[in-house]
Amino acid sequence: MTDAGYDEWLDALDGDGYYLACEEGHGSLPPRRVCPHCGSPDLSKESLPESGTVETFTVVHVPAPSFAGEAPYATVIADFDGVRLTGILGSDAVDDVEIGSTVEAGAATNETTDSRMVRFSLR
Amino acid sequence: MTGVRVAGVGLTHFGSHPDRTGRDLFAEAALAAREDAGVPRDHIEHLNYGNFMGALSERQGHQGPLMAEAAGLGCPATRYEQACASAGVAAREAVKSIRSGENDVVLAGGMERMTNMDTDGATEALAIAADELHEVRSGVTFPGAYALMAKAYFEAFGGSREDLAHIAVKNHRHALDNEYAQFQKEISVEQALDAPPVASPLHLYDACPITDGASALVLVSDEYAEEHDVDAPVSITGSGQGADKMALQDREHLARTPAATEAAEEAYDDAGVSPDDVEVAEVHDCFTIAEVMALESLGFYDFGEGIGAARRGETTIDGDRPINLSGGLKAKGHPVGATGGSQLVEMTRLLRGDHPNSDAVSDAEVGLTHNAGGTVASAVVHILEVDR
Repeated sequence: MTDAGYDEWLDALDGDGYYLACEEGHGSLPPRRVCPHCGSPDLSKESLPESGTVETFTVVHVPAPSFAGEAPYATVIADFDGVRLTGILGSDAVDDVEIGSTVEAGAATNETTDSRMVRFSLR
Repeated sequence: MTGVRVAGVGLTHFGSHPDRTGRDLFAEAALAAREDAGVPRDHIEHLNYGNFMGALSERQGHQGPLMAEAAGLGCPATRYEQACASAGVAAREAVKSIRSGENDVVLAGGMERMTNMDTDGATEALAIAADELHEVRSGVTFPGAYALMAKAYFEAFGGSREDLAHIAVKNHRHALDNEYAQFQKEISVEQALDAPPVASPLHLYDACPITDGASALVLVSDEYAEEHDVDAPVSITGSGQGADKMALQDREHLARTPAATEAAEEAYDDAGVSPDDVEVAEVHDCFTIAEVMALESLGFYDFGEGIGAARRGETTIDGDRPINLSGGLKAKGHPVGATGGSQLVEMTRLLRGDHPNSDAVSDAEVGLTHNAGGTVASAVVHILEVDR
């Protein structure tokens, strides 16, 4: 199964990552037809900065079953200068992540569910 | 516009009832509410029923007519799904339908069956209240989402796990005499701090349990109550609903819940009261941090001040404004689709004097309920007032 809009966005993360912006400068992530902040239908693709800053995170000890093999892992919300991404950070990085840490985003596949997701790595 | 009165209330025990069907749970609560109200069966014109995960836990869709039948009703029924705010929305729509003149008598409430699934199944089912593409796929669990907000709160305003532990201790203490509560046992701050981590900074006692249960209320118009001599001293005088972006990443502030503020402002305005008038409240403490954000969003505390409220004794049973005298979701339990209704049931009993903790609020005239969906992408607030 594919999720049109989302999958293309995820694919691009490993090379030319992008986000959507309206003329007011509000950032958002696909799939969207309108800006979630102001309802504008005029969305353009803008380059996603190469790295983002961790705004908040949690180390998950009791995972969803589809992440059973990953725990403890971190869920991270990072700011990429105008748009935020939510992604996973593997167990090898949970002791090092802090608010303010710099991360890069890439696409990954959850081997349990075969679904695709955002995976961060600490820079 | 007519006023809306609570003619009768009913609950099942909240707890682990894995062998009981959803229809049996809801029937028990609905029949209790009908008996409490003393309203004839054929006067009930609609069932407004809240449920979140029935399609996953019981493989049962189309629950409206099923539950009307189980409750012995012959009227149309509508199921409302708004994650953890399902029954709050169901009750709000009932209030609106009575005020509009469409109905005079509505049964509102909800049910959730959860413990028939294992913890994995319940964890997976609860997570679907978050954004599937941008959150769930990245490993966001229900506790994980609130943990992201807790971490952001600590960063923005300060506070500690010990502050949160005081909230858990308070709500457990409040539930001690509540026969409907899942946990009627005290815990200590040390126990809460030493409990295993779920999603940092939240540990086991920061989280509500997985719960089976149902709630129901018979709501009637002022005119109906008068005409039929229904004893209904508690009225719902204010109702409001608010919304926010679905995913945390799209919110302006990660440690605030403006949907609750929006809902509260509408409800305060509707009832003609201010936050200072509210003397007792049931708020949606699915996690300890959620109670903090609720207190601040409802206007009871400035941002950054709510976290110390339980520790300072301001929200305890002997405090200035007791919060969650039922035990809250934390100790009373959280059967997701029933919770919003149960808050209204508990507040009605607190105000009319037949709740085990009513003595603590015997002079209170104004109460508030706050029911939140997901990470408060939706919120419903009601104001209840009692004739004294």
